[in-house]
Amino acid sequence: MNGPQDLGGMDGFGPVMPEPDEPVFHAQWEKRAFALTLAMGMPGGWNIDQSRFARENRSPAEYWTMSYYQIWFAALEAMLKERGLVADDEIAAGHALRPPKPVSRVLSPADVLKVLHRGGPTERETNTKPLFQPGDRVRAKIINPPTHTRLPRYVRGHLGVVDRVIGFHVFPDSNATGAGENPQWLYTVTFSGRELWGSEGDATTQVSVDAWEPYLEPAAPL
Amino acid sequence: MTELHEHHHDHSELSETQLRVRALETVLTEKGYVDPAALDLLIETYEKKVGPRNGARVVARSWVDPDYRARLFKDATPAIAELGYAGRQGEHIVALENTPKLHNMVVCTLCSCYPWPVLGLPPVWYKSAPYRSRAVADPRAVLKDFGVTLPPDTQIRVWDSTSEIRYLVVPMRPAGTEGWSEERLASLVTRDSMIGTGLPKSPRDVK
Repeated sequence: MNGPQDLGGMDGFGPVMPEPDEPVFHAQWEKRAFALTLAMGMPGGWNIDQSRFARENRSPAEYWTMSYYQIWFAALEAMLKERGLVADDEIAAGHALRPPKPVSRVLSPADVLKVLHRGGPTERETNTKPLFQPGDRVRAKIINPPTHTRLPRYVRGHLGVVDRVIGFHVFPDSNATGAGENPQWLYTVTFSGRELWGSEGDATTQVSVDAWEPYLEPAAPL
Repeated sequence: MTELHEHHHDHSELSETQLRVRALETVLTEKGYVDPAALDLLIETYEKKVGPRNGARVVARSWVDPDYRARLFKDATPAIAELGYAGRQGEHIVALENTPKLHNMVVCTLCSCYPWPVLGLPPVWYKSAPYRSRAVADPRAVLKDFGVTLPPDTQIRVWDSTSEIRYLVVPMRPAGTEGWSEERLASLVTRDSMIGTGLPKSPRDVK
């Protein structure tokens, strides 16, 4: 979706303000919101792309004034409610008012380190061959799906060069809607700063994005 | 610690969030969906154990061991796993080599993708709109916000983490560190130098 998360190239947010000796968390509730989000992935049964969509799927005015853990927490609540695992009246009461729904698994303390260490690799087996090779010129397609996508607006329609064939990876655009992993070839595509930002742009900069094959179309060689 | 970025919010809103998080944790615990001891362990892991010291060890190793360096740039995920770092938000890592001609800088314009096993959780600025909006459009201006000025002819390559690939910048080894131990070298490697918004410390900055 062309939502508030797609920030590349926007102006007006002011300078970056690094915080010296920044703590990992800034409040007790951030710790709990972070841990709840990680732990609920297992019984909740959603995937990372569904989580990302739940975070970005809100009004820009809200998104841009919330802290990042507030966004995470709001997304967690939304996903829990969507699946009927928790209801508003229970959050208001601060207690469970209905029996739990059966869930596949709960994260036990004994499994935490194992689960973190395993992570969630997204590379999949395939018999197909990638359409593009390093050095190929490609154009990022102009797409505007109302659902989740990982093709940022600032590269759409622009010409780039394939740097690397990364592998065959889960396709977020499908995975986020519950349509399955639908893995696709993934590439690193590099764009010159001037291609993206115009002839007044800095000639010494380049931007690389990772782009799945459905985001790309062949472009004529130079 | 105080809540620096929360000063933007008024206190009633802050306590409302606090209360709501607590309420949800209670509901989820009562329903048996979460085990609070598992939550404590998750927090402890990312607060105390996983952080940029991990990445610094990888970088320092790459400065002293040419074979390791070659493995790191060929396929970073197994090379980093040799030091015991792997897993969530670092399932597929690519190491980026800074040279006198090329400076790499990492961003996630769409959310907050960051290589957790080697850098820990991202700082607030990395997840914030100012960084995410400008890193791809004007990286030199962003570097200035960090007090970094690169030679005008250095190429800057910005990596937007749009997939599950996570990027680790390997900064150049500072001059004047000949003969230093790996551990001493690691003390020069800052978090920001591995994101590309900073440079390693100078040997003069550490004893």
